[in-house]
Amino acid sequence: MTATEKGRITRISGNMVTVRFATPVMQNEVAYILHGTERLKAEIIRVRGNLAELQVYEATGGLSIGEEVEFSGELLSVELGPGMLGQIFDGLQNPLPELARQCGFFLKRGVYLRALDGHRAWDFTPLAKPGDRVRAGDRIGSVVEGIFTHFCMVPFALQGTFEVVSVASPGQYTIRDTVARLKDPDGRIVPVTLSQHWPVKIPIRAYAEKLKPGEPLVTKMRLIDSLFPVARGGTYCIPGPFGSGKTVLQQLISRHAEVDVVVIAACGERAGEVVETLKTFPVITDPRTGLPLSDRTVIICNTSSMPVAARESSVYTAVTIAEYYRQMGLHVLLLADSTSRWAQAMREMSGRLEEIPGEEAFPAYLESHIASFYERAGVVRLHDGTLGSVTIGGAVSPAGGNFDEPVTQATLKVVGAFHGLSRSRSDARRYPAIDPLISWSKYRSFIDAGEKERAHAILRRGNDVAQMMKVVGEEGTSLSDYTDYLKAEFLDFVYLQQNAYDPVDEATTRERQEYVFSFISRLLASEFTFGDKDTALHFFQQLRQLFRGWNSAPWQSPEFAGAEQEIQALVQGRVTGG
Amino acid sequence: MQKFYSHISQIVGDVITVEAEHVGNGELAQVTTRRGTSLAQVIRLDGNRVFLQVFAGSRGISTGDTVRFLGHPMQIATGENLLGRIFNGSGRPLDHGPDLTDNLAEIGGPPVNPVKRIIPNKMIRTGIPMIDVFNSLVESQKLPVFSIAGEPYNELLARIATQAEVDIIILGGMGLKYDDYLFFRDTLEEHGALSRSIVFMHTAADPIVECLLVPDISLAVAEHFALSGKRVLVLLTDMSNFCDALKVIAITMEQIPSNRGYPGDLYSQLAARYEKAVDFEGAGSITVLAATTMPGDDVTHPIPDNTGYITEGQFYLKNGVIEPFGSLSRLKQQVNAHTRDDHRTIMDTMIQLFAEYRETREKQAMGFQMSAWDRKLLKYGALFEERMMSLAVNIPLEAALDLGWEILHDCFTPEETGIRRAIIEKYWPEKT
Repeated sequence: MTATEKGRITRISGNMVTVRFATPVMQNEVAYILHGTERLKAEIIRVRGNLAELQVYEATGGLSIGEEVEFSGELLSVELGPGMLGQIFDGLQNPLPELARQCGFFLKRGVYLRALDGHRAWDFTPLAKPGDRVRAGDRIGSVVEGIFTHFCMVPFALQGTFEVVSVASPGQYTIRDTVARLKDPDGRIVPVTLSQHWPVKIPIRAYAEKLKPGEPLVTKMRLIDSLFPVARGGTYCIPGPFGSGKTVLQQLISRHAEVDVVVIAACGERAGEVVETLKTFPVITDPRTGLPLSDRTVIICNTSSMPVAARESSVYTAVTIAEYYRQMGLHVLLLADSTSRWAQAMREMSGRLEEIPGEEAFPAYLESHIASFYERAGVVRLHDGTLGSVTIGGAVSPAGGNFDEPVTQATLKVVGAFHGLSRSRSDARRYPAIDPLISWSKYRSFIDAGEKERAHAILRRGNDVAQMMKVVGEEGTSLSDYTDYLKAEFLDFVYLQQNAYDPVDEATTRERQEYVFSFISRLLASEFTFGDKDTALHFFQQLRQLFRGWNSAPWQSPEFAGAEQEIQALVQGRVTGG
Repeated sequence: MQKFYSHISQIVGDVITVEAEHVGNGELAQVTTRRGTSLAQVIRLDGNRVFLQVFAGSRGISTGDTVRFLGHPMQIATGENLLGRIFNGSGRPLDHGPDLTDNLAEIGGPPVNPVKRIIPNKMIRTGIPMIDVFNSLVESQKLPVFSIAGEPYNELLARIATQAEVDIIILGGMGLKYDDYLFFRDTLEEHGALSRSIVFMHTAADPIVECLLVPDISLAVAEHFALSGKRVLVLLTDMSNFCDALKVIAITMEQIPSNRGYPGDLYSQLAARYEKAVDFEGAGSITVLAATTMPGDDVTHPIPDNTGYITEGQFYLKNGVIEPFGSLSRLKQQVNAHTRDDHRTIMDTMIQLFAEYRETREKQAMGFQMSAWDRKLLKYGALFEERMMSLAVNIPLEAALDLGWEILHDCFTPEETGIRRAIIEKYWPEKT
């Protein structure tokens, strides 16, 4: 099929356009609406008879009946190659900084730029040699992209084994230059460049096997790592009502999580938040590399006022880029904020297609789409034996903060950890507002399972007493119950809660978590003697204040040791029998 | 293209269908009836059938009336000449002044490229401690005021409008009562603010389609000023009426409703408006404050719910005060580190203690015995409500912070507040 197949518009409703065509068309094929000098990108989402229904990735103002539509013969694809790190793309992989240089303040309709810089030269080192037998995903050579060795791989779309005919010698090449030639069994020559295209809605499967996620992914958020851990290659979701701190939490994780590459998909969310990420990441130093954080980050940004169809594709663009870096043996974290906006984009299109609505007017295929998105996470063993992973963390914005709604429920079925945010915790300024009583994780923590279970028990017990106190009052509560309640509150305040604006407290390393957790664990296991409730309350208030100081003291600094001694001294005076 | 079409084949609600060719989506048309002429906008094209929403409503339109397409989308005059003027939802003067047609700009323009925005960093002082101390308003912020009918949300908006330090105020009224409109006009006039204000007013008696245009017109004019370096504050009241107008049109167009009859694209529709709030790199800014009345005080209703996910926080107005719980300024962290070094401490501590006070009040209401700690909290809560929360309080930020320390000192010992020692040493009042 060539790029000259054309059709004509017969109907326009919002961002959906119906086109009459004469030659064969393909589902999910990309088409361009020719409007004067503008070419507006669209995707076929349904075909009925000789009418194709297209979702348009742009505003449809000014389009009229009878205008020409050109079918491209291609599925919606992204370009994968060196130069993506540090870049900011929209949902269709247009580089936004370059768009701003060309178009100014506003996103001009119908302007599409090449995702990767075609003029930049990369220092290429060959790895394969003529005569080698290779298959999709095998490494031909490498270039240096910032802190990473970026491998040039056999295009994922090639099927079967190929023989390397020639490989370019070391030197400077752009992404357009051919760096190798392969020969298929029939003798046809396939050129390989530093970049390749891949359709976003199809997972990249150029690996030997997919493994079970086991290694914990350290996020440096105590509540997550210690009690509700996430595994490398696993999935988790953060549902929460608005204002409960989802975005702040996602930003903190994107800064501190121990992964190689972070892909952020800002999907249908506030532009202001994206701006914060994209203006601060270039100036924040990555504690592990000493280089700007943006050097290992890719931002896909389709904010709420940008066209809704591109919002739908932005999560796929993001996960495809994540899978690409995984193919190099890197650990990638994909943060999608928010998957509910993606689901709403599906709902809007479904409504325009006049499909029979499911629950809350979401389409019937909502669950399967969500499941297949999260299934693209995983740890894989590549053909050369190295491991790479994609971890997916999705924020969910349930309508009315009610977790019974379809998107949250469909997500909970497929993820490995659930970090449920609660309005009551955020109202009480208990951040992160992950509710320890409703959250769960199927992954293993680096904290001893027994100690972890005891912490859960203390929190549940504290909550039980708190509920009881609401009925019988403080005076009707026994001193030992009241002490249990204070212990739970104490654990919550000094360990679960973390001050995101304190330079030390915002991120806690694995060693520090293990150390402090077992310290608190021992402390809470001791028997205290108090004369009355006021003494108990006062003791825990003092302890809390000392712990706050400890939390903001750098790990293994003199202040750290000093605060620890002060705490020990205070505790000694209260513990029964030493 | 000056062709007239006179075959109106369908009239449903305020949407008419006419058979015509070579019409662009979103294009404007003029409908001439016996009652006069009205503008109308193309909202759907299907073959040669053109669906138009008629700004003045469909009442009195006959199937034989004529429709003339203007060949361009909805436009609005912009620039200095608009200052001090009052218009309706179609941009026609309501103040007997001249019709304006200079610097026409299209409404509902394209979104701003995120990389051309800057991180908001300028606080807008209002003199209201519940805003300045606890939820600072920041230039380029979009914030709704959630409240129920009967709360003084228009008074609050008017007070912020007259006290806030901005260059231009644009007021977009949707479905307002006529006396609310007069209230705004008179308040702006009394405080000498009318000369830097522009008003687009849709009252409850006006056709519903005009209500839909008010935010777009207001924001298009604001955008024009912001691009020329002005700091603009846009006040929209009441956005719930805008959402209800969307619902009416969606149902007329036989769209499948998603939640309580509202269209599935309510989120995108609201976002397209609120996201116009911006701080341009190298130019001015737009700040949006929008009153949103919640039916039945239900924050999970689709309007406040969708709004809350779009906006950068919300002020929750209840019982005549800004509630500390439920109210949130997401951008406050951008500015409150640079005011005074105790700002965040006072903010966090006072709210945490106030939360405990509320719990104690519940216990008290159930008749439980009050402990010594409970009594301290009760004293604290009463002082906080009287001296901080009341909307009658009108003091600058620094005075409010000092007042905060005073209240804490009057009620608690330093360690009871849980504040870190370094800050206590610096700020705890010395008096006994």
